[in-house]
Amino acid sequence: MNKTLYERIGGEPAVNAAVDIFYRKVLLDPRINHFFENVDMEKQAAKQKAFLTMAFGGPHSYSGEDMRKGHAHLVKMGLNDSHFDAVVENLGSTLSELSVPQELIAEVVTICESTRNDVLGK
Amino acid sequence: MYKITIEDKVYACQPEETVLDTLLRENVAIPYACKKGTCHSCMVRSIDIAPPAIAQAGLKDTLKKRKHFLACQCYPEQDMTIRLPDQSEFYTDGTVVVNEMLNRNTLLLVIAFKDALEFNAGQFVNLQRPDGLTRSYSIANIPQASNTLEFHIRRLPNGKFSNWLHDEIKAGDSIAVSEPRGHCFYLPERHEQGLLLVGTGTGLAPLAGILTDALSHGHSGPIYLFHGSREVEDLYRIEELRQLARQHPNFHYIPCLSGELVPDGFTQGRTHEVALAAFADLKGWRVFFCGHPDMVNQMKRMAFLKGAASKDIYADAFVISPN
Repeated sequence: MNKTLYERIGGEPAVNAAVDIFYRKVLLDPRINHFFENVDMEKQAAKQKAFLTMAFGGPHSYSGEDMRKGHAHLVKMGLNDSHFDAVVENLGSTLSELSVPQELIAEVVTICESTRNDVLGK
Repeated sequence: MYKITIEDKVYACQPEETVLDTLLRENVAIPYACKKGTCHSCMVRSIDIAPPAIAQAGLKDTLKKRKHFLACQCYPEQDMTIRLPDQSEFYTDGTVVVNEMLNRNTLLLVIAFKDALEFNAGQFVNLQRPDGLTRSYSIANIPQASNTLEFHIRRLPNGKFSNWLHDEIKAGDSIAVSEPRGHCFYLPERHEQGLLLVGTGTGLAPLAGILTDALSHGHSGPIYLFHGSREVEDLYRIEELRQLARQHPNFHYIPCLSGELVPDGFTQGRTHEVALAAFADLKGWRVFFCGHPDMVNQMKRMAFLKGAASKDIYADAFVISPN
């Protein structure tokens, strides 16, 4: 039987290895870090972990509606395609740094792309 | 079917139900949002058994140690007694045994109890005045045979509670004290890890407790304490901490002053800026920040950006209650 993306990428340990690196990149990225200015770091870390779990094809139960509601306040602040691209780019470079093979990164990007319209409220 | 007990009420958790499902079905007021273990809104605490590991996934080590768990992720494996976040607290009366000034505006208050107390140095309790007015203060000591708790109380301008403690409370008086709360404390593991402690004002209280705890557990890694205020008269325990640094070669004490007058032996600058400038990299460090909320929030972010892992960042922001 074929292994899922989540299994091939390394499951929860892979999420744990990636989450701090990824979130640090996001906070240092001037294109998007203003969206994170006043957020509570601890709560945000838990959300980042949930996001990575989903992006890695892992167990999650986020619906498109959850994505829309969860990002609506950011869309009001001007969240758009360029910001979405920046997040995906940071995720890609995080995974490259962790030596995840390119074909797996491509699958992760595909999953992210499937949420684009909901995240941006289109 | 397992029983969930909250104060004097017992709820039956049906098969396939989480603790949150049960409480919502029973119309118990409990905060919640995502029901997926992500938002941590429904975090509650078990006060008897250890909660199932899966209900603690993603929580900080110190929260796990205090048996906090996510109600939405918890399928009970046995009967549980739990406490909700906003539930009225259980208070114990203690007796004031020491009240003396640590500096021109900070009172050392030591309260003794009849029975042993279970807490971690660095946690906080609520103190309550007979009329019900309540304020949170950090515990500055580690558990002791004398069953005492030590507090550092800064007198705030127009601070109803701090002025009451400073002006009216004397040795022999009784004060109501809640159970300990909070998760900014030391866990005796990874003894070789570097510890960075940064605090302003009475932020020294939890940090002093954490420091004593770490040293008494034989923590062998470097320990740096940056304690600051504007003027030297607002620091305290300076000589004791210098003495401690002489006794423990791995402990370093850096008192900081942000005002203009900076005597020898003190570092000029705002505490968190001095601390940050001293470390190019905090990768692998365990860090504790206590005191002014702006300082604490900035330090959390900066320490993370300098490489500290999010699980190794502990903080306690002192929020001042409006009058």
